[in-house]
Amino acid sequence: MLSPDASQEVSSALIRVEGLRCGYPGHEVLKGVSFEVQPGELVGILGPNGSGKTTLLLTLTGVVPLQEGEVSILGSPLERLNAKDRARRMAAVAQESQIRFPYSCLEIVRMGRYPHQKRWQMDSLEDERVVRRCVEIMDIQELSHRLISATSGGERQRVVMGRALAQEAPVLLLDEATSAMDVHRKLQVFRVLDRLNREEGLTVLTVLHDVNLAALFCRRMIFLKEGAVVADGPTEEVLTAEILERVYETRVWVQDVPMTGKRQVVFLP
Amino acid sequence: MPQGGPSWGEHGKERRPFLSVPFLLPLLLLLTIALAAFLTSGIGAYKIPYASILRLWASPLDPSAAQGVDETARYIVLHVRLARVCLALVVGGALALAGAVYQGVLLNPLADPFTLGVSTGAAFGASLAILLGAGGVHFLSVNALPPAAFAGAVLALYMVYLLGRVDGRIQTTTLVLAGIIVSTFLSAWISLLKSLNEDSISTIVFWIMGSFSGKSWVHVLLVLPYLLVGMGIILSYARELDILTLGDIQAQQLGVNVQRLRFRLLLAASLVTAAAVAVSGVIGFVGLVVPHLVRLGLGPQHRRLLPAVILAGALLVLISDTLARSILPGGEELPVGVVTAILGGPFFCFLLMHRKKYLQL
Repeated sequence: MLSPDASQEVSSALIRVEGLRCGYPGHEVLKGVSFEVQPGELVGILGPNGSGKTTLLLTLTGVVPLQEGEVSILGSPLERLNAKDRARRMAAVAQESQIRFPYSCLEIVRMGRYPHQKRWQMDSLEDERVVRRCVEIMDIQELSHRLISATSGGERQRVVMGRALAQEAPVLLLDEATSAMDVHRKLQVFRVLDRLNREEGLTVLTVLHDVNLAALFCRRMIFLKEGAVVADGPTEEVLTAEILERVYETRVWVQDVPMTGKRQVVFLP
Repeated sequence: MPQGGPSWGEHGKERRPFLSVPFLLPLLLLLTIALAAFLTSGIGAYKIPYASILRLWASPLDPSAAQGVDETARYIVLHVRLARVCLALVVGGALALAGAVYQGVLLNPLADPFTLGVSTGAAFGASLAILLGAGGVHFLSVNALPPAAFAGAVLALYMVYLLGRVDGRIQTTTLVLAGIIVSTFLSAWISLLKSLNEDSISTIVFWIMGSFSGKSWVHVLLVLPYLLVGMGIILSYARELDILTLGDIQAQQLGVNVQRLRFRLLLAASLVTAAAVAVSGVIGFVGLVVPHLVRLGLGPQHRRLLPAVILAGALLVLISDTLARSILPGGEELPVGVVTAILGGPFFCFLLMHRKKYLQL
């Protein structure tokens, strides 16, 4: 089915999604979604509630089984990767991560090393080094010995993000991961992600409700609506009044902000 | 505080440091177990001085140590009381370990081999095997009791799992409710089977309330292989257990094959439970109480938790059994399950009340 040219593209794409259909029993959520993500991209996935953003990330991480279509990660079909392989290639942070057992925050970050560890093996020096670095990156040193059950929602998200970074996967998937944080933390976390993306080539896919936050950091946007891709392209091309009005069914006013050089959106009542 | 989750007994924001010293708690427990085994060996109708016990204990290594101790005392100390102590220890360790696994895998603070009906299922399987004539215990021969108990345990767990599902989700209290129902139902069947077999009331009580009465080294050797296999499987998955307690989605995304791992761990915990029940009957609440208490001191990390849970469970059942066989003035024995239930029942109530705050049940 693939032409020789297309197969070359396959090898360079980090994530390739082709005609993806999936959902839950009796309720199809994604109805034929296709896109590719190249190494080093920082992609925002946007769309109204129920458009299938979360389901898309759950499918990529193997939680929701795909019913039709193809998904490949670093050239390997998703269904042929076992759980550990997948976790070495992709880390994910959900909108809310409930943790019921009273682990310390450091223990939570250490769990991110699991896909790299062998049975009966103690944490290696390399594991400790990575964990320490991730704790520093997420600025959670002072939380290290605090119990996860004694943290606020925003603090817990930073710990879980530290855990995801500790997986050392080339792809990071975020599902509204910063929505429990205040503005300062939100921007701090995205600056960190932006730096990791630019300096270390970390590929980031992030589901966001906040269009303006996405406009600040995402260089590419994918708009989903009712389980299908409505628009996909560089932020300056797809973040337009026309597309936004189609996706959100709300009147908008789009303006380039001179101070940041970024486009911002105002939804009109 | 996370909303909607049951409490796992956190005390303060930071972990208490003194018990976090590696191996401190297991070491203390080992010493306490040795001391308890020694002290309880001197308790019983036949009085034996502790000096003689010490010399008899040394006799397998140094035959001259037991000189001058009479043969009856030798037999009682080495073949009756020490065997019973060892059986109590392995059964206690097994039940507590199984409890820790059920709690972690099912994310249910009220789970334990007894509250899930697994113990009673195992006792039912064993009773059925005995009725069918597979009850004789022969030294080093393959005995059908542990496999039959395992089959019963798995069947009971499967029933509880099916009954405990509400809209495809496992609810904490519904699961335990299903466990109690299955347990009561199977208890009745045990009574019926035993009555059909024209057994005495005491054998019925033995299966339903648990007892180490009249047990010997044969029983220890009978169940040890099953326990070692089950414990080995469980301990090898200690790291995965930590990740499973994060819930399905996070565990899957961290690289754990959730379905397969949960299946294996539940089977291993049921195997360990079944082996314990096959020789001791149903001893409740050990697997409920012990993991919670140890978690208070060591935190929830299973690599640290599980070895200490095994030791603490062993110690608790040893003490309970000693109480059970010495507390009545006439020299009669109580079923050991009576003692663990009297100790564990209030604890269960405490857990139930404590988590009301979080679940608004």
